Amino acid sequence: MSRMLPLTLKDVAVRRRGKRLLGPVNLTLHPEGLTMIVGPNGSGKTTLLRVMHGVERLSDGSATWAVAEEEARHRQAYVFQTPIMLRRTVADNLRYPLQLIATPRAEIETRVNHWARRIGLEARMGLQATRLSGGEKQKLALARALIRKPDVLFLDEPCANLDGASTRDIESILQTALAEKTRIIMTTHDLGQARRLAGDALFMLHGVVHERGPASDFFSAPQTAELQAFFRGDIIA
Amino acid sequence: MMTRIAALLTTVFLGTAALAEDIKLAVTTSFENSGLADVLLPAIKEDLDLDVQLLVVGTGQALRLGEAGDVDAILVHSRTAEEKFVAEGHGTYRREIMYNDFVFIGPKGDPAGVAQAGSAAEALKRIGVVKPAFVSRGDDSGTHKKEIALWRAADLDPDTFGEWYRAVGAGMGASLNTAAGLDAYILADRASWLNFGNKADLDLLYAGDAALFNQYAFLAVNPEKHAHVRNDLAVQLEDWLTSPRAADLINGYTINGETLFIFNAKPE
Amino acid sequence: MNDILEGLVSAFWLVVTFDPDLMQISLRSLQVSLSALVIASAIALPLGTFLAIRRFRYRRLTISLLNALMGLPPVVVGLIVYILLSRSGPFGVLGLLFTPTAMIIAQVIIITPLIASITHQAMRELWAEYHDLLISLNTSGWQRIKTLIWDGRRNLLTASLAGFGRAIGEVGAIMIVGGNIDNATRVLTTAIALETGKGDFALALALGFVLIALAIGINVSIHWLSRTEREGRW
Repeated sequence: MSRMLPLTLKDVAVRRRGKRLLGPVNLTLHPEGLTMIVGPNGSGKTTLLRVMHGVERLSDGSATWAVAEEEARHRQAYVFQTPIMLRRTVADNLRYPLQLIATPRAEIETRVNHWARRIGLEARMGLQATRLSGGEKQKLALARALIRKPDVLFLDEPCANLDGASTRDIESILQTALAEKTRIIMTTHDLGQARRLAGDALFMLHGVVHERGPASDFFSAPQTAELQAFFRGDIIA
Repeated sequence: MMTRIAALLTTVFLGTAALAEDIKLAVTTSFENSGLADVLLPAIKEDLDLDVQLLVVGTGQALRLGEAGDVDAILVHSRTAEEKFVAEGHGTYRREIMYNDFVFIGPKGDPAGVAQAGSAAEALKRIGVVKPAFVSRGDDSGTHKKEIALWRAADLDPDTFGEWYRAVGAGMGASLNTAAGLDAYILADRASWLNFGNKADLDLLYAGDAALFNQYAFLAVNPEKHAHVRNDLAVQLEDWLTSPRAADLINGYTINGETLFIFNAKPE
Repeated sequence: MNDILEGLVSAFWLVVTFDPDLMQISLRSLQVSLSALVIASAIALPLGTFLAIRRFRYRRLTISLLNALMGLPPVVVGLIVYILLSRSGPFGVLGLLFTPTAMIIAQVIIITPLIASITHQAMRELWAEYHDLLISLNTSGWQRIKTLIWDGRRNLLTASLAGFGRAIGEVGAIMIVGGNIDNATRVLTTAIALETGKGDFALALALGFVLIALAIGINVSIHWLSRTEREGRW
């Protein structure tokens, strides 16, 4: 359990060029588990995730961790929907986050080897990362995010466009991370995945948190008409 | 990769040798093109252990270099400009060293009949009548100044000439190249002409008038104006250039059996 | 045609006999242009990268200025450096005019904008690609520059090569500030200009061929350096 949490969002709003993308959002994230964010396209899922990660400029309100801002920034990681590969080898992509924080060389190699095995790329450590397939890239991005052993991990649609095998690999890595008490906050379009992984869930609509609850209630007994419609697969205007 | 580049750089930099005592001397292109420097410089190195670094420029720039103190001495051939240089205090005096002569070069066919002229002035008058292509240095050099003076002596003004008169604004060699390309007349110093490799259809048409003689003088830059100039070296060099040893080398220098320079320095 | 043949033959003999003048002139060309390249790269690579990733008040102005400077005619650079370094100019006391240092200064001024501009363009693309990741990893400004320079090194090598090509082939500026002094500041390009002036096309061509061979040689060896360096990893 991390002493970073809870994360408290107070009156958070993000506006760009006069358009409201998010807010007002008031939210407290508790120390454990996996929070799944669902909602239609453009509902503010990614923006919310970026706000929590601290890479989106707030127009209003505040997002505060239980620890100082600087420490919090060091103890979290983010996996993007489209994996960003450094133009380096697979091994160097894994090394990079550790090199940034001046990890001893031996420690780097131990962890790199561990993760290479974990994502099944140990035979291709010398390959340019940009040459990997989509699923391999996403697994590498996930390993690169976890290699610093972050307290909190954000994932934005990590399995969009991936085949079943890659999705299963990624979910298995996430389950392990959860078991090791990593706090995970992720978005997804895949309701099956949402049910499989979520501890609690948020339904975003028009930039605000429309409904929230523990996974058991959230999926089996949605309270609002909009969430019920969303689960039915209706288009929500 | 960095170490390899470093190794490469080291190799390159070791190529520079340490330099002995050196003096910067601005000379005219015509002097450099004559090839005389190739005889004099090694002898100077031998006798004085002095490296003479030649800056080969037009007389105009040579004088400017001296005024600015960018060289230690100059060796040029334009008496009026030299006297002005001394009068303005940039140098303390001028010392005549030697002279050579200018020659008229032109197409072998000689449409203007320059070869039959009785004097330099008459040669130019003939050109002024026929108006064949004529290349002028046009770079304020000693040769250019001489050419202007010769036109004046023939009662002609180059400023009024038409398109046949091409002021190219280039050194002697480049101007000769242009003349060769245009099949044009040109005034050149004899040495540059003899050493010139691309004669094409050009030939020496007229020479010999005393008005075409070209006096070279040595001027040390005034150390009172520029404390950093190596006046001591300039004086050494001047003594050497006016010595019997220099006289022998200068008078003995020939191209294709032709003597180019006449030593005429007077002992102090 | 004859000139070219003669040039080739005499170039061949000059090279195989290790003509001392030719060696000295070639080494000096390399010394001047490589020094200029190292200095200009040290300025231009971080500058171009900085311009690509940092937003600041006069950024656009700086970029336009850089692009304008890239078009600076070398002769004008030569003239300005000449006036500055002349004994009667502001930096006259340094006594640098007509030395290889003056030539290096002129070449640095000529190629720095070129290298910085190419760097800026390449780095802008790379930065767009890396932006989110590097922000997310909480990198410092210096770490970002280092990462971009390292991962964009092939582009930067290309930028530097372009600068080197311009430096070693340049004649206008170094003729003015170097003075083409035999045994002191004469390099391949100024020697070519001199020999052409003497109407000695064969020697001029020979020097020209050496210059071309040198430029190609440097290009190939840098390419080779970067290849072996790549293969050396894993």
